[in-house]
Amino acid sequence: MPATVQEEPSTEARFLRAFEGLSEKAKNGTVEAVKGRRRRAIERFEELGFPTNQLEAYKYTNVAKALKHEYRLAPAEAAPQASEEQVEALLLGDLDAHIVVTVGGRFSEALSEVGPLPEGAFVGSFAEGANAHPSVFHQHYGQYADFEAGDPEQRAMTALNAAFARDGLFLYVPEGTRLETPVYALHLPSAGDEPLFAQPRHLFVVEEEAQARLIEMHRTPSGYAPTPGSFTNAVREAYVGARGHFDHYVVQDEGAGASQHTTFGAYHETESIFDTLAVTLSGDLVRNNLTITPAGPFCESHLNGLYLGRGETHVDNRTVVEHAAPDCVSNQLYKGILSGKATGVFNGRVHVHRGAQRINAYQSNKNIVLERSAQIYSKPELEIYADDVECSHGSTTGELDEEAIFYLRSRGIPESRARVILLGAFARDVVENVRSGPLAAWLTDEVDARFGARTA
Amino acid sequence: MALLEINDLHVGIEDTEILRGVDLDADGGEVHAVMGPNGSGKSTLAKVLAGREEYEVRQGSVQYDGEDLLEMEAEERAQAGVFMAFQYPVELPGVSQQNFLKESVNAVREAQGKDELGAADFIKQVRAKADLVDLDEALTKRSVNEGFSGGEKKRNEIFHLAMLEPRLAILDETDSGLDIDALRIVADGVNQLRDEDRAFIIITHYQRLLNYIEPDYVHAMVGGRIAKSGDKDLAVELEERGYEWLSGGNAAENGKAAEPEEAVA
Repeated sequence: MPATVQEEPSTEARFLRAFEGLSEKAKNGTVEAVKGRRRRAIERFEELGFPTNQLEAYKYTNVAKALKHEYRLAPAEAAPQASEEQVEALLLGDLDAHIVVTVGGRFSEALSEVGPLPEGAFVGSFAEGANAHPSVFHQHYGQYADFEAGDPEQRAMTALNAAFARDGLFLYVPEGTRLETPVYALHLPSAGDEPLFAQPRHLFVVEEEAQARLIEMHRTPSGYAPTPGSFTNAVREAYVGARGHFDHYVVQDEGAGASQHTTFGAYHETESIFDTLAVTLSGDLVRNNLTITPAGPFCESHLNGLYLGRGETHVDNRTVVEHAAPDCVSNQLYKGILSGKATGVFNGRVHVHRGAQRINAYQSNKNIVLERSAQIYSKPELEIYADDVECSHGSTTGELDEEAIFYLRSRGIPESRARVILLGAFARDVVENVRSGPLAAWLTDEVDARFGARTA
Repeated sequence: MALLEINDLHVGIEDTEILRGVDLDADGGEVHAVMGPNGSGKSTLAKVLAGREEYEVRQGSVQYDGEDLLEMEAEERAQAGVFMAFQYPVELPGVSQQNFLKESVNAVREAQGKDELGAADFIKQVRAKADLVDLDEALTKRSVNEGFSGGEKKRNEIFHLAMLEPRLAILDETDSGLDIDALRIVADGVNQLRDEDRAFIIITHYQRLLNYIEPDYVHAMVGGRIAKSGDKDLAVELEERGYEWLSGGNAAENGKAAEPEEAVA
């Protein structure tokens, strides 16, 4: 490259500059566990850059290309506020819950209503939690979504997050403690002139024989004008102790202009249950990386996903289950409904390590394509290094069954309604895996309403 | 004017003509049996009446209750009181039978200017109508037809029929694949649903169903036409003599020209 040509600064360079420009106060606003990793993290990100589809793990999802704006890299100090009424309208009907609200990736004290918790438990902001429980952070932060371990192709976004991580959620349920009511986390986008690049960081620790359920909802209040084109690079880590039980459900519904890259690393110990659900209802580009490691015997891991793509939505789920210990069960069910020019990608990998005998691992990806212009790339993978296992995987993509539509019509149900009923039925087994009744009911209505509106 | 009037109906798919001038009138209170060999077009007749769109009506007319049935969408026909029990009932995993039936019954009721059926009345009806065909109540709560045995599926069709209370009920080979006990149960159900305002068209390959459901009229269909009509004795005669004597010696030719009945796109 001739030295005389002035190069446009790359997107990466803007992030590197922003990192150097952050005040020491901003960088050190949290505990040693967090701030001690920033420098290494930004260096690692500088080496890797944003993922492009040159990488096998991002073959169908070009994150670098989706970064099309001049982002504001941190929310304004005074976080933009939604009203209590707007929050109220986004709660789940009759769900009794500990309510936490973030705006633009920052915890909002004013809008949250955590309520009484069992002794020793913590539900609230990542930054505050880090100060209150530094030893928990020291033990768990950066362990399960590590930018220096795991699939090298999936480290860049984690590194970028770790460099900037400052706020998000922290959930801590100490040994033998049970959260009787679920935690309901509502993530609202920020309002402002420039699109925000938010980097929330969440840590969930459910210790031995402890139990918790967390429902995270990314939604936009009505009458609230978020800046279009926001990008969220979220990293979640979860630890579940022996005989613990953690249900984690997330709904992504920020509207057609918002993009999300999420990385979720979960590690669970002997005889524990870890249950996940990722629902994508809207978005521009959505990529979810989920890695689960059942580390001790007799674990149960449930991975559920539902994605509805319309317009030009691009939604990509990548899951990895690392069966390192014997006698575990994992069950994956991901279903997609795509219309318009939407693209759906599913890549699920089950890795049974040497010696991890008597694993039962099931993986299923099913898609319905409503219009020929929509696309699906589905790749379930099994990699097995043990001989006494029961594993299966399958993938199907098709259209709605015309025979079934006719059957419903012949019983007096209008064609448009017949299609909605069949789409709801298609999504039903994923929804039925949700252990939260109010969330399951909301999802049922939402799938119905979205396609009812479309086909009516 | 009869409830259903089929005049000179010609129906085909692409190059094949399946129905070649069918005439049939059916009125409330009557049970018509349509019998015929494979490929005679009897199932096609049922499907055309129910509103399957892959068949092309090339000539003739079908009047139902004074309206042009062929102009109506499948759902409009059902709402107007036309019901077809499927030869191969469709499994609908994830569609709960209760929700589906509630919606179906209320769509029909709404179109007929009746009030929605309340939850308590609906449940009462489900119980009563399931009893008609000895259908396990558990099956009324499962996904529609999913995991049902062949006999349960057929009984479920008659259960739907009973719930929807149609004016014209078409049974498309409901007896096929049923053992003698199931056949009796289905026939008992149908007999209890006979009503002076309701017409039945029973499509069947065999006479045995007609031992249990006594038809008022029997029509022998050969080569896409009704070759002979008569009373229940015709069914016995057809069972004994077959159909060849009706086709004036060209049964083979007619049979060949007609589309096999199962060939549905």
